[in-house]
Amino acid sequence: MFNILALSQAWLTNEAPVAIVVLPLIMGAVCALLPKERLAWFCVLITTLICTGLSFLILRDVMANGTISYALGGWDPPLGIEYRVDGLNAPVLMLISVIGVICTLYALRSVSAEIEPKKRGPFYGAFMIAFAGLLGMVVTGDAFNVFVFLEVSSISTYVLVAMGASRDRRALNAAYNYLILGSIGATFFVIGVGFLYMQTGTLNMADIARILAESPESRVTQVAFAFIVVGLGLKLAMFPLHLWLPGAYAYAPSFVTAFLAATATKAALYLLFRFVFTIFDPTADFIISALTWLLAVLGVIGMFFASFQAIFQSDARRLLAFSSVAQVGYMLLGVGIGTMAGVTAGYVHLLGHAMTKGALFLCLGAIWYQFGITRISDFKGLGKTMPWTMGAFTIAGISLIGVPGTVGFVSKFALLTAAADKGWWWAVAAIMFTSILALIYIGRMLEAAWLQDRPKVDGVDVATREAPASMLIAMWTLAIACVVFGVNASWPLELAGRAASVIMGGAG
Amino acid sequence: MMFDMLPHINPALVIILAGVLCIFSPSHFVRKALMIVAPVLAGMMIFQTYDPINTLRGQFTFAGIDFTTVRIDRLSMIWGYVFCLAGLINGIFAFHEKCKISDSCALIYTGAGLGAVFAGDLITLFMFWELTAISSVFLVWRGGPTAYAAGMRYLGWHVLSGVLLLAGAIMYGRYAGNYDFNNIGLDVPGGWLMLFGIGIKAGFPLLHTWIQDAYPKASVTGTVVLATFSTKMAIYALARGYAGTEILIYIGVIMTLFPVFFAVIENDLRKVLAYSLNNQLGFMVCGIGVGSAMALNGVAGQVVVHIIFKSLLFMSMGAVLHRVGTAKASELGGLFRSMPLTTIACLIGAASIAAFPLFAAFVTKSMIIAAVFENHNYIVFLLLLFASAGVMEHSGIKVPFFAFFAHDSGRRVKEAPTNMLLAMGIAAAFCLVLAWPFGGYQMLFALMPEPEIAMEYIPYTGNHILTQLQLLFAAMFAFAMLKRLGIYPDEKRAQILDIDYLWRKPGLAIAKWSDGMMTRYEAYQTRFVKQTADKAAKRLYQVFSPAGSFSQDAPSGVAALMTACILALALFLVYFIR
Repeated sequence: MFNILALSQAWLTNEAPVAIVVLPLIMGAVCALLPKERLAWFCVLITTLICTGLSFLILRDVMANGTISYALGGWDPPLGIEYRVDGLNAPVLMLISVIGVICTLYALRSVSAEIEPKKRGPFYGAFMIAFAGLLGMVVTGDAFNVFVFLEVSSISTYVLVAMGASRDRRALNAAYNYLILGSIGATFFVIGVGFLYMQTGTLNMADIARILAESPESRVTQVAFAFIVVGLGLKLAMFPLHLWLPGAYAYAPSFVTAFLAATATKAALYLLFRFVFTIFDPTADFIISALTWLLAVLGVIGMFFASFQAIFQSDARRLLAFSSVAQVGYMLLGVGIGTMAGVTAGYVHLLGHAMTKGALFLCLGAIWYQFGITRISDFKGLGKTMPWTMGAFTIAGISLIGVPGTVGFVSKFALLTAAADKGWWWAVAAIMFTSILALIYIGRMLEAAWLQDRPKVDGVDVATREAPASMLIAMWTLAIACVVFGVNASWPLELAGRAASVIMGGAG
Repeated sequence: MMFDMLPHINPALVIILAGVLCIFSPSHFVRKALMIVAPVLAGMMIFQTYDPINTLRGQFTFAGIDFTTVRIDRLSMIWGYVFCLAGLINGIFAFHEKCKISDSCALIYTGAGLGAVFAGDLITLFMFWELTAISSVFLVWRGGPTAYAAGMRYLGWHVLSGVLLLAGAIMYGRYAGNYDFNNIGLDVPGGWLMLFGIGIKAGFPLLHTWIQDAYPKASVTGTVVLATFSTKMAIYALARGYAGTEILIYIGVIMTLFPVFFAVIENDLRKVLAYSLNNQLGFMVCGIGVGSAMALNGVAGQVVVHIIFKSLLFMSMGAVLHRVGTAKASELGGLFRSMPLTTIACLIGAASIAAFPLFAAFVTKSMIIAAVFENHNYIVFLLLLFASAGVMEHSGIKVPFFAFFAHDSGRRVKEAPTNMLLAMGIAAAFCLVLAWPFGGYQMLFALMPEPEIAMEYIPYTGNHILTQLQLLFAAMFAFAMLKRLGIYPDEKRAQILDIDYLWRKPGLAIAKWSDGMMTRYEAYQTRFVKQTADKAAKRLYQVFSPAGSFSQDAPSGVAALMTACILALALFLVYFIR
């Protein structure tokens, strides 16, 4: 009996890297065909839960035994497709699947309010496909396979964003924009992969890295690098390639926004880490100059621009969308610093910001669900009418600002230290200054919610109307995670440290 | 266990605890019992826990600083005993008063003074130092509406004193590596700062004005309590940290001299006493400046008898104020008929402060003066002699004369309340006992920091008695002559301009003028900042707002073009930048 259990666990651990992708792909098709939305939702919940379990198994295995390599279909790499999990992508897998569970929990009420009934089954199906695509992007060790999953997730995401049309017609325009730019990004990326293939004759990442290291530097490699960075930059909303993001985030269904904000840009960012540091040689001159000027400098400029834009927004969701662009700037700055400390900081910010921004968007969704509000001027008195929702919003908000005791502080502090170690005092100043800007734009919302009186309708105070329990559980889980990882700063820092050591080890 | 802990507990905490209990006690008698029992208990604790070898106790480390909360050695012990005695006398004197605030503040203030004396490190000293300021200001405020402003000035001076002390202590601590409170001197960083901080409390010239400002305005019982602790605590701090610092000799001499003139013309008798307090402090500061064992013995003895006779004098004036409602010389006179016992007490106090033979200060003051003489400071010696005569003039003669004798004001009042008489009686008894030639002053000597050296000093020699009597009778003669010739300034209702006029008038005017200028400047600056900020905000809004140039929804084509540009930039970077 125990033997069987042990065996099955061993089998699960072995097959987990592929199961975690294949299962949601299949369930996506099933969900789309299911007649009842409840049933579809339930399928999604079960699937995401299983994926969480699998990602947990993988993470544990990676922590214990190091890199896992899985040869798809029994074809050994480099000929076959390899799924490869190490300290860099295992936490991202975990992040995506946990956020998936939390968002699904939240989706039950939010989807029924935002999507037309007959589209709900397919909506869940599309979500499963996007979920599978993101996991696939992260888990695969094959450069072309990355492109495939990138497109799988992107195309289903366009659909998900467009589904917001039943709430706001502008979602269609936003989805179209996103479609165009996303496709350009994916195309650039695949062109880059093509150049790499031309140079090395292989698509397996580890193999590419090995051959690149052996062969002399060439124009082809440089062009491949430029295309890949710009392609991924589009996907991860690097300033000034972020133009698709505010619209998409503002008009997509609430739950989709939260999910995308927490995972989609993060998966793309993971790919940037993977390509820049483990496939290319980060010590090469051309990469160092690109890191400094393209990622760090543009990241800092983006921090300023997007923060200022966030300050002047009147729509809360657009505000948070611009804030996301600014926060991506922090992560890119971490990558651009390029030292062990910098990469660690960028990676922690990736994990922390996923929780923080996920919680914030979930709260906004709940506010819309109860009161149909998205404008900041309508936030007045929300602290009294929706105290629990605003409580979670406040916690996540101060984490976004970077107040000590929250995960936002851990990553910002790590980033400050890294920048100071590198001697980039302008970056230190920029981080401090944009943190003040974050204080302003988050403070605007908190001020309206907590310090102003609840609005009156026909001379009567609006009654307290708290969000449903399933929504509250979802947002509070993330808000508490912000604090827990902020207080136990060693957890996220250890994960990030492992990721960074994978990167720096790969750099040799 | 309890007894193991006892030596590590500062006896002051007992009194402070009693003071805190007083705040919550609804019963008048419970409070009075606490006021009497707590000083006695603390005194017993000092007696029980005194250990000549193991003087440093109650040590712990917190936040990287080594605290020594209890230090009872021979220097601090004598202060401790006399503070406890004064606390007891104050408690009895205030027995009739039904006021929670006075009772609790008097106790906390007493405890804080005691705690400061027993503090073994500068940080503990600072904490008790500030506690004396905060607790005592309520006693000033109890003096009625006129006392409010004086209380605020008092608080200002004392907080400043504490801040200077702390600043100096931190500088000193960083230099010395620890905060132990031993001889500091002026050659170390922070030495001058701490001297100024202590100097404010000790009433150094120009820094003394709070004494004459606040003490006469406090309540009847409040003044008696106030006059006891703050200044003597500062004297202790000087004796501990600055013994033998030469500049103190001259500071002390100035302190003994200038109040003489003010005291002669002052009308409010409690203010006269406040000036004479300053004069007495001058003797102590001078003795500390000399710094020899003899001088320090004299200072310690002087502190003991001074606390007793000074509170005796303040108590007698307080009793007059309590019964008559004023302590102004111009409105008093002839009270010996209705208040005979108070008169006797006052006369004993006056004789003590004037250092008549057989009265308290005769022994101790002469010790200080003798120490100055031995130190070959002859000019200082002569000045001190003159100051002694001055003391006789204003405290020894003026106060009792105008209050109880002089021309009869026609007032017929009741004798002071019993508890006041009892308190005055105890103080008067101590004045006599501590100067009694046969076994009296020897008790005082035995308590001094260096009893063996003190015992070598024989106060009752024919020569000394004669000199002192000559001096005193000369002063009395001068008073009589001046009075007779009509030269002695009449008791008049007048405002005397002390140095505090400088602080209060031109100083205030300068402060007001600068304040006005600052307000204008700030208004201008605010307007400038606001205009600039508005302009900047407008610009930012134009650029970044949803309607701004950067936030307009870009068509996909523009975004695609942007992508191409970034690609070009990336290619440029990877191609050409090295």
